[in-house]
Amino acid sequence: MKSPAFVVLLAAVAAIPLAALRAQDSAGGTTNVSISAEGEAVYRQICQACHMADARGGSGAGTGIPALADNPRLADKAYAIDILVNGSGGMPWFTDMLTPQQIAAVLNHVRGHFNAYPDPVTVAEVEQAIAAAGGDS
Amino acid sequence: MPAASDLTDQIAVPTRRQLLGMIGTMGGAAAMYQAMTALGHAAETQFTGPPVLSGARPGASVVVLGAGLAGLAAALELSRAGYSVQVLEYQDRAGGRNYSVRGGDRIVEVGGATQTCEFAPGNYINPGPWRIPHHHRTLLHYCKTLGVELEPFIQNNHNGLIHRSNAFGGQPQRYKELAVDFKGHVSELLGKALNDGALDGKVSAEDKEKLLVAMREWGVLDRNMAFTPSIALSGQRGYDIPPGGGLDPAPTASTPNGLADVLSSNVWTQMGFYFNYVMQTTMFQPKGGMDQIAAGFMRQIGAMVRLNTRVAKIAQDASGVTVDWTDNATGQTGQTKADWCVCTIPPPVLSQIELQASDALLAAVRAVPMNGQLKIGLEMRRRFWEEDYAIYGGHSFTDQAISQLSYPNDKFFQDGPAVLLGAFANGAGALQLTGMTPAERIEVALDQGSVFHPAEYRREFISGVSVPWSRMPWIQGCTSRWTDASRAQHYTNLVTMDGRVVLAGEHATYYGGWMEGSLLSALNAIEQLHQRATAA
Repeated sequence: MKSPAFVVLLAAVAAIPLAALRAQDSAGGTTNVSISAEGEAVYRQICQACHMADARGGSGAGTGIPALADNPRLADKAYAIDILVNGSGGMPWFTDMLTPQQIAAVLNHVRGHFNAYPDPVTVAEVEQAIAAAGGDS
Repeated sequence: MPAASDLTDQIAVPTRRQLLGMIGTMGGAAAMYQAMTALGHAAETQFTGPPVLSGARPGASVVVLGAGLAGLAAALELSRAGYSVQVLEYQDRAGGRNYSVRGGDRIVEVGGATQTCEFAPGNYINPGPWRIPHHHRTLLHYCKTLGVELEPFIQNNHNGLIHRSNAFGGQPQRYKELAVDFKGHVSELLGKALNDGALDGKVSAEDKEKLLVAMREWGVLDRNMAFTPSIALSGQRGYDIPPGGGLDPAPTASTPNGLADVLSSNVWTQMGFYFNYVMQTTMFQPKGGMDQIAAGFMRQIGAMVRLNTRVAKIAQDASGVTVDWTDNATGQTGQTKADWCVCTIPPPVLSQIELQASDALLAAVRAVPMNGQLKIGLEMRRRFWEEDYAIYGGHSFTDQAISQLSYPNDKFFQDGPAVLLGAFANGAGALQLTGMTPAERIEVALDQGSVFHPAEYRREFISGVSVPWSRMPWIQGCTSRWTDASRAQHYTNLVTMDGRVVLAGEHATYYGGWMEGSLLSALNAIEQLHQRATAA
């Protein structure tokens, strides 16, 4: 990702989802946490909370948190995009936390660095998936 | 008074209070509560007292999966109704998210990171639920009947601090000053708009006069409707020289902050926060830690709870439910058979366990992801927030990832170490902190929290502990996340009894993220179960 975005942090506002404000206990402040535009950094700042720094996931009361490294299901980039746009099981969608650019960047990092899938995910493909899910891209 | 009331007076209709007294005498608290709701009072919760489950068949049995509040309440009420109850719990303790961390406790995360809490005896944090609204009547009912002593949770502290990175040069301000200044500036502006005639087409002349009075009084404006320093205004936001006695100098007025500075503080988000129904005072906490509620349940039904039991499979057929499990401590495997099952396993975990149920229920279980909040407790050598800042309980807020500091609501003025809540992170901030090592999290919490108490924060720090909910192996999240679309598609399927299995818990309520919701869910689940069991 050799672009100005490599060094410029997007001031993505990590607002608490409105739905959460309706009833759930929540912090009283609205935080203003920057998320990088660069795939490796997005992985570190967001994804590794659950999937771990080495993308190996971990065990839990059920089958645990899935590994992203060496994951054959991620060969299908449409599948990978769908997970981030729509969520899957315990994992929420990330369209309200990450921009389409950040989603494409982090998917390319996960599919290229922790796996060896050569076909890049484009921002347009992410935007199409978001539109198909009924959201704003 | 309209004519109709004359008529009702003539036929001596009892007053509402008399009527409620009569209903209470005849029908008990539940009937009175329903009547109060019908008469427009107390529409606060759907709790009408624990369900009365009569006529359970002798020998009928229930297996309850999960010993969080939903499972414990279900087990207590079902056993009282005559069912034979067995509770299976994955962890080595009951309570689930009803949880307190104290000195000596170990926290083991997904991925293996392990912390041992080093707090002094008596100190704790509540990593999950930590405050109880006065209208959460189900929870308050169980606290009272289980002997769980409650004390005030200092929710709204006007002397707390507000920090926003790009406001006031990053210097935190007192909530009371910002809130009073915001109110004053808005009042002044609305007064100007009214006096300029800008709203003449929108409000009547009479309402305009009332609004001008309201703005002057509410905003503490001067006779010219200007927001200026005065002793009266200092009576709200504080003084430069506060009132003294005897020959002390007379008090002097403080100067309000300018509009641009006040707006940059975003103080309205905190003001709005305190307006939230679930955030309004009075709020409570159990003395000695939130887990005292689970302990209260366990005093009643502890003998029914099997700890360290990992559920591997939930099967059901026409004759009953069979749960396969493994003992985490010994590796022993076993089966528990029962006529019925209340399953409170949270969806992220349940979706990974073999469950024999309808496609609709299985789809619903897969449709409820969780938010990954994170809390950090920091033990400090002394209560510098009390001694040096006059902050007794309540919160200070920041736009940094930690989101807020919260001060202990008990043991005011005591010497010795005390524990601050050093982070209650949500959203991206929570994920960023969760992705760090425990030591890195504490370092960030100290760094960010130092904006509030720069001289004392690191100097008085002893030890810290973090609870990243996404990495808690037994739940993999903190609060369930519903959308309007997922509610419409899946909620009814999730909460409707499916054969012999009914789900309950924080995910199975409109009151997600609150213990009240878990309990209401459990009570509704066991009513469904009892109806099915007695009809069979």
